[in-house]
Amino acid sequence: MKYKIIIKPLGDSALIVQLGDGVNPLIHERAQSLTTLLNMYQFNGFIEAVPAYNNVTVYYNPFIVYQSSYKTGQTSFQKVSAYINELIMRGKQERPSKERIVKIPVLYGGKQGPDLDYVAKYHNLSPEEVIHIHSSQDYLVYMLGFAPGFPFLGGVDRRVATPRKETPRQAIAPGSVGIAGEQTGIYPLETPGGWQIIGRTPRQLFLPEQSPPTLLQPGDKIRFIPVTLEKYETYKEDIQ
Amino acid sequence: MSIQVLRPGLMTTIQDLGRYGFQKFGVLVGGAMDQHSLRIANLLVGNKEGEGALEVNLFGTTLQFNEDTLIAITGGDLQASIDGIKAPTWRPLLIRSGEVLTFTSAIKGCRAYIAFAGGIQVPEVMGSKSTYIRAQIGGFYGKALQKGDRFECGMMNERNEAIFSQLQKCSGHVAWSVNGHPFVNMNQARTIRVLRGTEYEYFDKDSQQTLFQETYEITSQADRMGYRLEGPPLTLNEPLELLSEGVTYGTIQIPPNGKPIILMADRQTTGGYPKIGQVISTDLAHLAQFQPLDEIKFKEVSMEEAEYAFINNEKAIHKIRLSLQLKFPL
Repeated sequence: MKYKIIIKPLGDSALIVQLGDGVNPLIHERAQSLTTLLNMYQFNGFIEAVPAYNNVTVYYNPFIVYQSSYKTGQTSFQKVSAYINELIMRGKQERPSKERIVKIPVLYGGKQGPDLDYVAKYHNLSPEEVIHIHSSQDYLVYMLGFAPGFPFLGGVDRRVATPRKETPRQAIAPGSVGIAGEQTGIYPLETPGGWQIIGRTPRQLFLPEQSPPTLLQPGDKIRFIPVTLEKYETYKEDIQ
Repeated sequence: MSIQVLRPGLMTTIQDLGRYGFQKFGVLVGGAMDQHSLRIANLLVGNKEGEGALEVNLFGTTLQFNEDTLIAITGGDLQASIDGIKAPTWRPLLIRSGEVLTFTSAIKGCRAYIAFAGGIQVPEVMGSKSTYIRAQIGGFYGKALQKGDRFECGMMNERNEAIFSQLQKCSGHVAWSVNGHPFVNMNQARTIRVLRGTEYEYFDKDSQQTLFQETYEITSQADRMGYRLEGPPLTLNEPLELLSEGVTYGTIQIPPNGKPIILMADRQTTGGYPKIGQVISTDLAHLAQFQPLDEIKFKEVSMEEAEYAFINNEKAIHKIRLSLQLKFPL
């Protein structure tokens, strides 16, 4: 695996390993792979690695790095950078574990998706067409962030891409499925937010009692499955 | 139950050194805002330094003790008193059953820490006792303390016992204290040391200089998540579209209005605003002790200086650990 990387400090206790530009499944795979490698071959002082679209943030304790290596005249940042460079140069690409498709049942429209009609009108489509377009492609989970279990997904079809609401809502119900520009996502917890809410899933995205604590993992693909109110309610009961 | 909350104060939460290892799932780190004070408070009562303790803000917190309890109070000076008499701080302290501990108001700093021998008996969630209010996990049922809440201290270990029994022999407290000043600077006109941020080069020359020359003010929008600053706006050379990526405690990000936001302990795991600077780890404890409307100045330092400060701080905390082991032999 030969490609150019750039390592930038994020303060004195973290750094960002840039693996390419833009939103691209191949570059994302590098981020997944490096995260796996770092977790397998941890250096002294390593705290955690957090993959994003095209980079990985590595958190470390510079004092432990300083203590556990006798190379003088080098900062802990330089030592960690050298370690990461070597890990990548050795060329071992950790294949991400087998692709998982997670099905997300969604009740579109109505009380659960108050902005579905707005999104439809915005594009001169019927609500059914919006639902069809939104649910007929799989989305790659590039990263989790913003809130526990909140997935940053690959782009939504331009035919339904819609700008955020001008005034954000004070509270968006957990499980709400939204569109913001070309992004789509699911709110795991009740939070304020400006996304256009087109539906809601009964599935829980944040599972603090479980390991891992989230329904979705970076690298997963998700598929939205439109369901009826009846099915949605049954699902909700099953979960509780 | 051994400790009862008579008045919770502004926002009193259980915190430790944070919930690490779960940021890739979007779970924020949290933890004490001023980790130096939390660590020293724990060491003073014989706990491991990352044990859960109470973080008390500004004023109003009142606790009643229903059992003799070994505690230590560190951090900002919130005028702590026990049954109306000034409480000794930055040292181990025996509180007698029936006594009431009150924090009147902050005269220096913003947050105090109370460590309890044996820690606070609440379950760890994902490896941490830190309170994560938005997700309602950790700490005391995932919430800030409320009036009437009661909690228990954990089992004392050998070291807790050694300090406890020695304090019983000397009327409840000792004559010495740890000098907190090197760990938490609470003087006026504080300067915070900063490394260049990942997008520093994308800001125009004026903004690059302004950050390190002008004085900013902490606004009233300053909490455990972040501090919004007032002062000259900082601008990019040209608009920059960034994807969300990792951020950390002390990241100084610039939203479209140009006014800096410093991310604090309860920051989100990722952010998409350009990052002009990054507060060095050693100065985060000082930063945590600013009050709203305080003035703040930034000074640029190199990575060597930042790491040197970090290493020296660790060595200084280690010295406290050693001297306490000598003062209270097992």
